[in-house]
Amino acid sequence: MSTAVPQGRRPHRLTAGRIGVYAFLVTAALFFMLPLWIMVVTSLKPMEEIRLGNILALPAAMTFEAWIKAWSSACTGLECNGISVGFWNSVRILIPSVILSIIAGAINGYALSFWRVKGANVMFGVLLLGAFIPYQVFLYPLVRIFSLTGIYNSLTCIVLVHVIFGLPTMTLLFRNYYAGLPIELFKAARIDGGGFWSIFFRVILPMSTPILVVATILQVTGIWNDFIFGLTFAGRENLPMTVQLNNIVNSTQGERAYNVDMAATMLAALVPLVVYFVSGRWFVRGIAAGAVKG
Amino acid sequence: MSTVSVRDVTVAFEAVQVFDGLSLDIEEGEFIVLLGPSGCGKSTLLNAIAGLLDVAEGQIWINGKNVTWEEPKDRGIAMVFQSYALYPRMNVRENMSFGLKMAKTPKPEIEKRVAKAAELLQITPLLDRRPDQLSGGQRQRVAIGRALVRDAAVFLFDEPLSNLDAKLRNELRVEIKRLHARLGKTTMVYVTHDQIEAMTLADRIVVMKEQKIQQIGTPDEIYHRPANLFVAGFVGSPQMNFIKGRLENTGEGLSFLAGDRRLSLSGYPFITAPSSGQDVVLGVRPEHLEISSTGIWPGFTVDIVEPMGADTVIWCSDGVGSVQVRTAGSRRATPGESVTLHIDPAQVSLFAAESGERL
Ligand SMILES: Nc1ncnc2c1ncn2[C@@H]1O[C@H](COP(=O)(O)OP(=O)(O)O)[C@@H](O)[C@H]1O
Ligand SMILES: [Mg+2]
Repeated sequence: MSTAVPQGRRPHRLTAGRIGVYAFLVTAALFFMLPLWIMVVTSLKPMEEIRLGNILALPAAMTFEAWIKAWSSACTGLECNGISVGFWNSVRILIPSVILSIIAGAINGYALSFWRVKGANVMFGVLLLGAFIPYQVFLYPLVRIFSLTGIYNSLTCIVLVHVIFGLPTMTLLFRNYYAGLPIELFKAARIDGGGFWSIFFRVILPMSTPILVVATILQVTGIWNDFIFGLTFAGRENLPMTVQLNNIVNSTQGERAYNVDMAATMLAALVPLVVYFVSGRWFVRGIAAGAVKG
Repeated sequence: MSTVSVRDVTVAFEAVQVFDGLSLDIEEGEFIVLLGPSGCGKSTLLNAIAGLLDVAEGQIWINGKNVTWEEPKDRGIAMVFQSYALYPRMNVRENMSFGLKMAKTPKPEIEKRVAKAAELLQITPLLDRRPDQLSGGQRQRVAIGRALVRDAAVFLFDEPLSNLDAKLRNELRVEIKRLHARLGKTTMVYVTHDQIEAMTLADRIVVMKEQKIQQIGTPDEIYHRPANLFVAGFVGSPQMNFIKGRLENTGEGLSFLAGDRRLSLSGYPFITAPSSGQDVVLGVRPEHLEISSTGIWPGFTVDIVEPMGADTVIWCSDGVGSVQVRTAGSRRATPGESVTLHIDPAQVSLFAAESGERL
């Protein structure tokens, strides 16, 4: 073909650089997909097949037995009720913790960015400092405090812990978002006679959808994946899924039921996974907005 | 009786202190424009009047009541902002009724007031739209409507037209003026850095610079008798011409002298006693200079010609400095052409070179 006159859309050419980029992306994708692949196929195999050692192969006789066992009858120590107990525990911890920590963070951020409370900067600084101190430092003092107040080892206790430790991040997130809203909006609402709460609920909160979504994602994944707080504060009755998963995987006697371990692990990862898939776009957008405004 | 009275007010931000005991009295029904460059404290003053900023010292009085410690909503004011500040998740009707709802006004009364304001501003067809479905001009109309329904005695405007394009700005400017006339006894305090807005709208202009009031006066006074060099230079476009020189006592009275140019000041209304030999700056508006063969100042050459339609601005230079002359729109000149300028001594302003104050 003769050389075309440049017009319209520029033709895409496959350059060496572009091939390199694709090669890298594909390799990276494979690298991160491989463990997931192994987990999925292993969980669908019966033990005899696993013993053969072809860990990458598709299951010859596919079975959901391992999944069913992991959910409802795998043993965590002495009890053999599967990981479902932990799942519902996690849900019961998750819902109040997420809601309360977001509400607290939103109100904090709102008060800090709009109301110029006395000592607001000092308070914000202290909160931020709190975000940088390793959690482990707080564990023992908190255990003592909760023991003294009598709520140690309860649902209230673990929810409270999640709300407290979520506060710095949530406050920072909402404060930065609200700092990006025009202050004149707030002034107009003040002149219109809005008070602290009416401005928050009628003007500010309706504008907060994007950041509420981001906060929900952060808190759901963070709290769902928590291990150490659950282990320390929730008490035997309320151990979250992550702790029970650990018990299942580590308490096996005799032969290791790899397929059950894999299935249980994936069940435990399900909630954050769904959250990422459903809201990945929002997640990136929110983080980007936070980063730019930060 | 003055509706708004700012008495010895000082505002303190964390690090900086703004205003050093600023006072201002605004009469009932007056249209006051606060004019000044960015950062001179116009918004701060307006926010202090509105109660959105606490004053560190002094008092604010509105309608004969000391409101220094009152909440914004209790001050009998309404405010319009540069960024419109419409509540984004409410439609126009909800935006306009928000304040009344907060004040627990009965529903029929709210509807009546919103309808009235909407009609006055010709936004009735927009009542069910959301702010993001409106153009800039429509948004600002809605913002004015929202202020209107409050039935406030005092309206505060903070650069309400600065975000609009030139054409809309002119339209809305006229409408605000009409609105003020229609509302009758409503006092308006209007902040702008645009001297055209100030000149066209104001009953009185307050010119500010660096958080100090430079001059308070009618547009005429501000334009024709500026109190100092800053006011003279800030108001008027093209800018007033400034010519450095000194005063000299000649046979027939005091004269202005710049090099070998001379201008008799026998008719000039001095407000302070001048002294011979004093260094001064002569201020002449471009329209008070004339290119005329019978002029008194020869030896200028045409530098640049700027046709502006209604008039033509001709820059003339004499090697020492250059001046702008405003002539008829039909007037043409060729750069390089030699011209003689005429100056009308009755229209000039004289400033002390040292202090910049009017003489
Ligand atoms: N929140 C603030 N903190 C500190 N200084 C401020 C604040 N707001 C305004 N200022 C200062 O006050 C002065 C006046 O500002 P402003 O009233 O906004 O000016 P204008 O509206 O005339 O442009 C400026 O010098 C500005 O630096
Ligand atoms: Mg301003």
